[in-house]
Amino acid sequence: MTSVLDPALPAPRRWIASERASDVEITQAIAEPLFAPAGRMWWIALLVSLAFALWFMGSIGWLFYQGIGIWGINSTTVWGVAIANYVWWIGIGNAGTLISAMLSLTRQQWRSSINRFAEAMTLFAVAIAGIMPIIHLGRPIYAYWLAPYPNTMALWPQWRSALVWDFWAIISYLLFSILFWYVSLIPDLATMRDRARNRAGQLLYGVFALGWRGSARHWSRLQTLHTTMAALGVPLVCSVHSIVGLDFAASLMPGWQESIFPPYFVVGAMYSGFAMVIVLALAIRWGFELQAIVTENHFEVIGRILLMASIVMGYSYATEWFMGWYGGEHSDRSLVGFEFSGSYAPLFWALLICNVALPQALWFPRVRRSLPALFVIAIAINIGMWLERILIIWNTLSHDYMPSLWRVFHFTFWDWSFLIAPLGFFAFLFLLFVRLVPAVSMFDMRQLAHREGAA
Amino acid sequence: MTAPLLAEYRDPETLRRALARVKQDGHRALDAFTPYPLEDLDQELEISPSRIRYAMLAGGLTAAAFALGLQWYSALIAYPLNSGGRPLNSWQVFLLVPFEVGVFAAALCGVIAFLWSCGLPRLHHPLFEIGGFERATQDRFFLLAAAEHDEAAPGLRHVLEAAGAVVVTEVRPP
Repeated sequence: MTSVLDPALPAPRRWIASERASDVEITQAIAEPLFAPAGRMWWIALLVSLAFALWFMGSIGWLFYQGIGIWGINSTTVWGVAIANYVWWIGIGNAGTLISAMLSLTRQQWRSSINRFAEAMTLFAVAIAGIMPIIHLGRPIYAYWLAPYPNTMALWPQWRSALVWDFWAIISYLLFSILFWYVSLIPDLATMRDRARNRAGQLLYGVFALGWRGSARHWSRLQTLHTTMAALGVPLVCSVHSIVGLDFAASLMPGWQESIFPPYFVVGAMYSGFAMVIVLALAIRWGFELQAIVTENHFEVIGRILLMASIVMGYSYATEWFMGWYGGEHSDRSLVGFEFSGSYAPLFWALLICNVALPQALWFPRVRRSLPALFVIAIAINIGMWLERILIIWNTLSHDYMPSLWRVFHFTFWDWSFLIAPLGFFAFLFLLFVRLVPAVSMFDMRQLAHREGAA
Repeated sequence: MTAPLLAEYRDPETLRRALARVKQDGHRALDAFTPYPLEDLDQELEISPSRIRYAMLAGGLTAAAFALGLQWYSALIAYPLNSGGRPLNSWQVFLLVPFEVGVFAAALCGVIAFLWSCGLPRLHHPLFEIGGFERATQDRFFLLAAAEHDEAAPGLRHVLEAAGAVVVTEVRPP
């Protein structure tokens, strides 16, 4: 596969690293790989991730058969990997729509290169996140009791329960994200329809393109709709992860009952999500040879956002410790001491290094421009954010009010399964996505190229 | 009005110039077809602003009110349950679900209103019959214009071609 858009160094323009990027060249660079046979690397990656996906399905099957005792949870540490995964995955899932909507509202033109696959990341991550609370239920068969429906038991959901809020937040957010993603996909599906050379492609893309023909009237309506959805999306995203924060904050446990939780969870979500966007952007840029479209400048600005978020995270941690001490409650103070020196202390220090210390390297422009360095930092942030989620659960549950009940969580094989296998399942879905749908928004890129004067 | 003419242009600037000439000469510019949204083109074409947002507002508020009403009914009338001495009508926490549901309903109403106002989905359209029109979604810019009466039709064709059209095609109703 040869690159249609030749990357030029030094980049002549800020967001397009190519001397010329005409409408044809952009369309070809993004759409043509989808009509060509997939390369060997894609097949290898698909098969490997398929194995993980099957492992995930198998683990869920075993869990349903055997019950949640296969995990390392016990009567004190009643939450474990599934809940941490839920918070982590929905954090990743928050970022796509948040990035797309916020950058769209603030007229950041560089979003054109990343919004499509960031939103796809959202869909898959939220879908995986939605599985987690259900498999953590003791009786997953009754998960549908969360929905209000007329039933012979004359029962209704407990609307004051955080679990019910979660249910509505996840469902609303997932459906909203699908609509938001699809609306901006319609024009590109029409391009695919018009470029498809076989009947199946024309039919498939044609049906989903809904008969789009690029009319000025339709563009005007589409932009109105998209901007309005973006304006609704930002508060929705913030509310969704705030509600996840309320799962903890609405309790009475030391280290959980804190009013800082909702905003702190939202920033954490954006943080891990942007880190994941870096990883996926590097993969797409390399796999589709889109060096001219996803430029070093894109990584540079995302690096700045990560730096800002890492400072906010550090500030949030420090606020938690300060409030633990300042509040004067013995259990809160004791918990902060346990975090730094208790059973999970090595993990806690690792979390601080990954989330707060290491990202400070992003102060240096050279680090922000070095793709290997950014990759390492992005992976570290994702690990750090997962550690943060699991430690919020473990530390509080292992060290709450009653010392005689203090227990420590021990990982079992099935905990590892539920930690690792969903990553492969996510990769599997993402690999299918990049082969079926243009991973970068073509019409946004054409518009950007004209603004940058590259077309 | 005569059968409309579809003119193909290579770049957006030419399309805009052609549009200005068409309006100047008293013809009717019906629509334009472009591979990406051109700023202010809807104003130049005098396309009425859409009312999608009203549909979204109405849909969102209705769904939110319904969700709030459902909670109120179930918590106060259908299944009153004393949960830790909290008031039955815990309206503060009852606001969370209506917000989530309301935003989604607004988006859904927006998409439906968008499709309705655009006449989509419409999988086939007479314009798709025209050779080269598939490039409207890739790299060519099309202008659809009609003359007011038969005598003006050759004049319109001349205006479109003089502005730099690659090709001008007559669009016949199916």
